[in-house]
Amino acid sequence: MNKLDSERRIVLPGEEIDLNGMKQGNGIYHENGKYYAYQMGVVQTYNNYVNIIPLSGKYYPVRNDRVIAKVIDIAPSFWIMDIRGPYPGFLHINDTPWKSFDQDLSKILGVGDTVFAKVNEITESRQIWLSIKDAGLRKLEGGHIIMVQPTKVSRIIGKGGSMVNTIKELTGVKIQLGQNGVVWLDGQADKILVVRKVLRYIEKEAHTSGLTDRVRKMLEESR
Amino acid sequence: MIELGMQSSIKLINEDGLRIDGRKPNELRPIRIEAGILNRADGSAYIEWGGNKVLVAVYGPREAFPKHTQNPSRAVINARYNMAAFSVDERKRPGPDRRAVEISKVIGEALESAIFTEQFPRTSIDVYIEVLQADAGTRIAGLTAASVALVDAGIPMRDMVVGCAAGKIDGHVVLDLNKEEDNYGEADLPMAIIPRTQEIVLLQMDGHLTRDELKVAMDMSKKASLYISNLQRQALLAKYREGEEKEAEKNE
Amino acid sequence: MSKSSDEIVYGLKREYLEKISQQGNRIDGRKFDEIRKFTVTTNFVPRAEGSAEVRLGDTRVLVGVKIEQGEPFPDTPNSGILTTNAELLPMASPTFESGPPNEDSIELARVVDRGIRESKMIDLDKLVIEEGKTVWVVFVDIHVLDYGGNLIDASALGAVAALMSSKVPASKIGQADYPLPVSHVPITVTFAKIGSSLFADPCLEEEEVASARLSVTTDENENIVAMQKGLGGSVTEEEVFSAIDTSIRLGKDIRQRLMGK
Repeated sequence: MNKLDSERRIVLPGEEIDLNGMKQGNGIYHENGKYYAYQMGVVQTYNNYVNIIPLSGKYYPVRNDRVIAKVIDIAPSFWIMDIRGPYPGFLHINDTPWKSFDQDLSKILGVGDTVFAKVNEITESRQIWLSIKDAGLRKLEGGHIIMVQPTKVSRIIGKGGSMVNTIKELTGVKIQLGQNGVVWLDGQADKILVVRKVLRYIEKEAHTSGLTDRVRKMLEESR
Repeated sequence: MIELGMQSSIKLINEDGLRIDGRKPNELRPIRIEAGILNRADGSAYIEWGGNKVLVAVYGPREAFPKHTQNPSRAVINARYNMAAFSVDERKRPGPDRRAVEISKVIGEALESAIFTEQFPRTSIDVYIEVLQADAGTRIAGLTAASVALVDAGIPMRDMVVGCAAGKIDGHVVLDLNKEEDNYGEADLPMAIIPRTQEIVLLQMDGHLTRDELKVAMDMSKKASLYISNLQRQALLAKYREGEEKEAEKNE
Repeated sequence: MSKSSDEIVYGLKREYLEKISQQGNRIDGRKFDEIRKFTVTTNFVPRAEGSAEVRLGDTRVLVGVKIEQGEPFPDTPNSGILTTNAELLPMASPTFESGPPNEDSIELARVVDRGIRESKMIDLDKLVIEEGKTVWVVFVDIHVLDYGGNLIDASALGAVAALMSSKVPASKIGQADYPLPVSHVPITVTFAKIGSSLFADPCLEEEEVASARLSVTTDENENIVAMQKGLGGSVTEEEVFSAIDTSIRLGKDIRQRLMGK
């Protein structure tokens, strides 16, 4: 088993990165003709870009991301949402399938309510506008919410969904993942407990290999 | 630093050139750094440096409140240095005193130079430095740990700020003063740099140094800082190595 | 995000915790009277007269004890002084702000203090240096480092462990240092009420949705020395006595573990 092959080299801020003729991607800055990492992460090449996949950090929204957002305040025509990033999200009534005739948006979504939404638009001044007009996007009812580190979400999903599907299959729990590290679970209480433990495990071991198999074993043992 | 000019009964450095804790003039006290030890904070680090025990937590970037503290074009760095009541010989009344306010400011400014603040307008990055036990050099220890905590939080940085204090005792320029040396010595020079470029981002001096002594002190400090920079990196990498070692053990 | 958004609980999370509480189930699978894994490390700050770091689940608290000479209170010239302070450090939670003690940190300090004082854990009469002039002042400083639920029990445990391992610095007045004289060991157990269930040692998620909170401090002779009901909901008399019984029972185990160190 390879521990750390060069493909998974971890770099720290200030370390020089050799682009090898490729282009400067995420996590890299340019100074005096040289390139350096600005975050701690794994060096990865993709589509002729050299990127650094950060090991930790907040959620920074990207257009079309699917997120799970919480209402924290209500204005006459839009809701203000917590998307677990440095900036709040905004959901305008026009970006939902609902209509409000008396401007009382709280009757549709109240403070503390949760939606599965998409990042529709990010303005220059970092205003993040959400939408729940696409298929599958909706207000979430029932179930439970847990948080995971946003940088571990893709590991939880796995290649082509392999990891999250394994969890769903072996526990019968419905799972909705937000890119922002918010996870919605719906199922039997004892199975939800298992999923919680498994997600914590994946977070801790995200950078190791053979994780999907170990998770499968964990789940089969707890059946 | 207390100027006790008449106190010549304490010999801080003996004929063999050894200090009261047995160190040579350019020897560091033992340093241990751990990254990511707190749960709630976005990033954290703990440092033991000689008798210093300092815990640092980072929150951010997060929306800055009150609104008037927001900067429309970048993140605001708020460093808060605080000494626990039980961290010093005579219990310290809780709450920031003037010394803590000044230290908070210089630490914040040092970190600011290394952080890409323009990436996060209208936010604040809060750095909480808590001295649990003090043994001279707390601001440098705090700053060194703060860099680690910032990286742990995923905050984009040019490099990791690192520092080391130097000073003068019994006429000799020495590295990394301990408590007695700080109290009874002739000069104290806390300094921090950006290791890659050697730019100086924190510099304070109080005491009495000639230009030549200052040069010697600064060189000592820079060299030590590069060594400590390595300790910072190891602390962060250790967090991820641990997981891999456990896996390798299981597979053997 | 901002402090206020962290304080708003996901509505459906609150509903979930209330739903499973109806079957007596907890969010982390514990039984109603099961407390989380905890560790107590004394002498964490060797320079202080006493100290203890407590980790209770994800909560981390450091308690330091400083013992210094001071003037006695005018109405108790033959008595040493005990004073307790708590800091909810902003590093411990995105919901804690820097600044002077707020009502939460003051309540925390006073509840911990009450357990120590009313159980007569420290015999303050034994802390007199010169009657009416100089006494030993015991400062207990609670430093909350990481908030993962149930600060009261973590802080109380830390304070008791720190005091039990403290030394009076009598060498400062020409005598020999000696261990702080301790006669009783108070232990606090806190419960969170969710729905109509009382759960011991609430974790963060439970505290966020609890309607009421009840802390009971008992000594090694099953005496009740302090109680505090918190939060805006209510508790029934039955619940109070149930909490007392559980607190006495759990207190025994916790006390044993503490003394066994």
